[in-house]
Amino acid sequence: MALVLTEEQSMLRDSARGLISDKAPVAHLRGLRDAKDTTGFSRELWTTFAEMGFSGLLVPDQFGGSGLGCVEAGIVMEEIGRTLMPSPFLSTAVLAASALSRGGSEAQKAQHLPKIADGSLLAALAIDEGAKHRPLQTKLRATRSGNGFKLSGDKAFVVDGHTADLLIVAARSAGSAGDKNGLTLFLVDPKAKGLAVERTAMVDSHNAARIVFDNVEVNADSVLGEVDQGFGLLEGVLNIGRGAVASEMVGLSDEVFGRTVTYLKERKQFGKAIGEFQALQHRAAQLYIDIEITRAAVLKALQALDTDAEKAATAVAVAKARAGTTATLAVQEGVQMHGGMGMTDQFDIGFFMKRARVCQELFGDSNFHTDQLASGKGY
Amino acid sequence: MADLEKFRAETRAWLEQNCPAEMRKPMTSDGDTFWGGRNAKFSSDAQRVWFERMRDKGWTVPHWPKEYGGGGLDGEEAKIVRQEMAAIGARQPLTSFGISMLGPALLKYGTEEQKREHLPKITAGLIRWCQGYSEPNAGSDLASLQTRAVGDGDDYIINGQKIWTSYANYADWIFCLVRTDPAAKKHDGISFILFDMTSKGVSTKPILLISGYSPFCETFFDNVRVPKSHVVGTVNRGWDVAKYLLQHERAMISGMGERGVGRPLGQIAADSVGADAQGKLDDAQLRSQIANFEVDEAALAAAAERAVDLAKAGQSHPAFSSAMKYYGTELNKRRYEILMSAGGIDALEWESDRSRGGARPRAWLRTKANSIEGGTSEVMLGIVAKRILDLPGA
Repeated sequence: MALVLTEEQSMLRDSARGLISDKAPVAHLRGLRDAKDTTGFSRELWTTFAEMGFSGLLVPDQFGGSGLGCVEAGIVMEEIGRTLMPSPFLSTAVLAASALSRGGSEAQKAQHLPKIADGSLLAALAIDEGAKHRPLQTKLRATRSGNGFKLSGDKAFVVDGHTADLLIVAARSAGSAGDKNGLTLFLVDPKAKGLAVERTAMVDSHNAARIVFDNVEVNADSVLGEVDQGFGLLEGVLNIGRGAVASEMVGLSDEVFGRTVTYLKERKQFGKAIGEFQALQHRAAQLYIDIEITRAAVLKALQALDTDAEKAATAVAVAKARAGTTATLAVQEGVQMHGGMGMTDQFDIGFFMKRARVCQELFGDSNFHTDQLASGKGY
Repeated sequence: MADLEKFRAETRAWLEQNCPAEMRKPMTSDGDTFWGGRNAKFSSDAQRVWFERMRDKGWTVPHWPKEYGGGGLDGEEAKIVRQEMAAIGARQPLTSFGISMLGPALLKYGTEEQKREHLPKITAGLIRWCQGYSEPNAGSDLASLQTRAVGDGDDYIINGQKIWTSYANYADWIFCLVRTDPAAKKHDGISFILFDMTSKGVSTKPILLISGYSPFCETFFDNVRVPKSHVVGTVNRGWDVAKYLLQHERAMISGMGERGVGRPLGQIAADSVGADAQGKLDDAQLRSQIANFEVDEAALAAAAERAVDLAKAGQSHPAFSSAMKYYGTELNKRRYEILMSAGGIDALEWESDRSRGGARPRAWLRTKANSIEGGTSEVMLGIVAKRILDLPGA
């Protein structure tokens, strides 16, 4: 498969870019932040996303979606990254849709997937418990009780958890922290008794939640996939999320870079455009090269997720690790080259820096994925 | 698509049947590379057999037209051949500057007569070429070159000196930049010309490098007589040809590190620094350096693949090979810094049999030229800033 977008994919990119740049430029995020909006994103815009088929992108045809793949999801994520549009696309259309269509029973799929596709159901994936992403270390306990389970423990950094109608929760049903066996995924109603959701507004003006489970009862039908054998499903879903976030970081990096190069051409000091100084030219060129190489690695990973499950894990580790370091460099150079203006809230560049920091932590930072790569290769 | 899958299956079967086992092992010494030429010698029977079979198939250069000895394959097919060769670790049957540098320039700028004269001898490995570009006072500022070609009837008389001419002492012919109009602006008086290295007045002198090897030469021209018909492209417009060729040279150099495929770096390092019960390297910093390197290496491989696909789709920027050259060469230097660190004192032996004559430290030192030859890293960044980013005054 060629490492370039097909004609259909280019058309999808153009329509996503058109919509997002028109309806949700960075000013959209700024407005929600300044208004202290309780949702943190626009439900109206999410409805538009559904009408354009974006929310059902990864939902199979028979459940009302378009049955497209990770490359297409990545294309939308890249455009989201360009304007930092806050949206349930990642939590619902990418993660929940993937988890349900890969692990769901026919009944679970029929119940939830059509609602994801039509935009009426918001969902969130609850994985992390500590300060760093360590899915194997999951401690939230699932204890058998009657014909179902009781869940007890804490989750944090549940993206869009504050608005979710459905939670997908990773829990330990057997074994101890660190074991691959003994993990189970559950579909949980956030209104269930014993469950407390605390909205956490994050540094990037996007939202997540801390969720406390105190003997939350779930029945056997709420198990997603197999009891104790949820790690494979979870890892597959996380890898799709990682590819998607990597793609968002490519869009973010590219946008920051474009704005920075424009500034280098406009800003004059010592009687000339600062872009004439070789000290800045070479740094700009290095950043451009880094972004282009990362872009290729991310597309490679997205294609592998769609076609080559065996190679996907390594390709995703490479993509997420690279995208994290590239985005970190892009936003730092972006602020530095904008000088004092880069430090002001009035300039958008700081929004990108904040979002890049959050994207780094989402589903494992560069260190996590570099370590995964090394362990995978046996050294 | 079905046709391509069929082609892939046929290619795989043909390679399986025709590539000798010995030619699927990672290369370990310079002798493992077959360069062709009038004085070519094969280092083994397997090397000869592999070369001859690939030559007869037209696959020393699969994507060149058949009438010039290539395989006549389109971009997709050529990519499949590369992928299937890589899958079994097949070595390149023939390496030459004729393939990687002169050929593309001749295909674009050469006359039909020049193509018919030179390309088949390149694909058949009969003539080995060298590149006469740099001069003692024309390095990064290549266009300031001073080697003169003065008209004399149907010929030019060439006088001057080149430097850093790779393997000039083994080459049969040279593609050379000469000044044909000293009055014109520096980029406008250069011509691109071909001549036989056995011509009267040509001499070479190898340069001893820090690696202890002499892959480069000084090359001297003392009243060398060359027919005017050997100019490629338009007289005084040789800079266009030179730049086009440099794009291909840079693409080649950016890929030089990829040849080292063999055992993963992590395992090589484990041999010398040791590992714990889980196989984790004992040196945590080194492990992290290797893993970071491998992330970047995998990303570069994807970018190289994408660059080819973009070119095929007509979407590539002509200066992008400078970006790849910069990154590929800096990465290859990193690889050898890691290999030296991983090897510790074992990687310091210079002459012993145990170290195969200091193969690793010599290769390490050789990589330091990667970010100089074919345009320095700084020149590459300048080209990216000017031609791709359109920054002012670059």
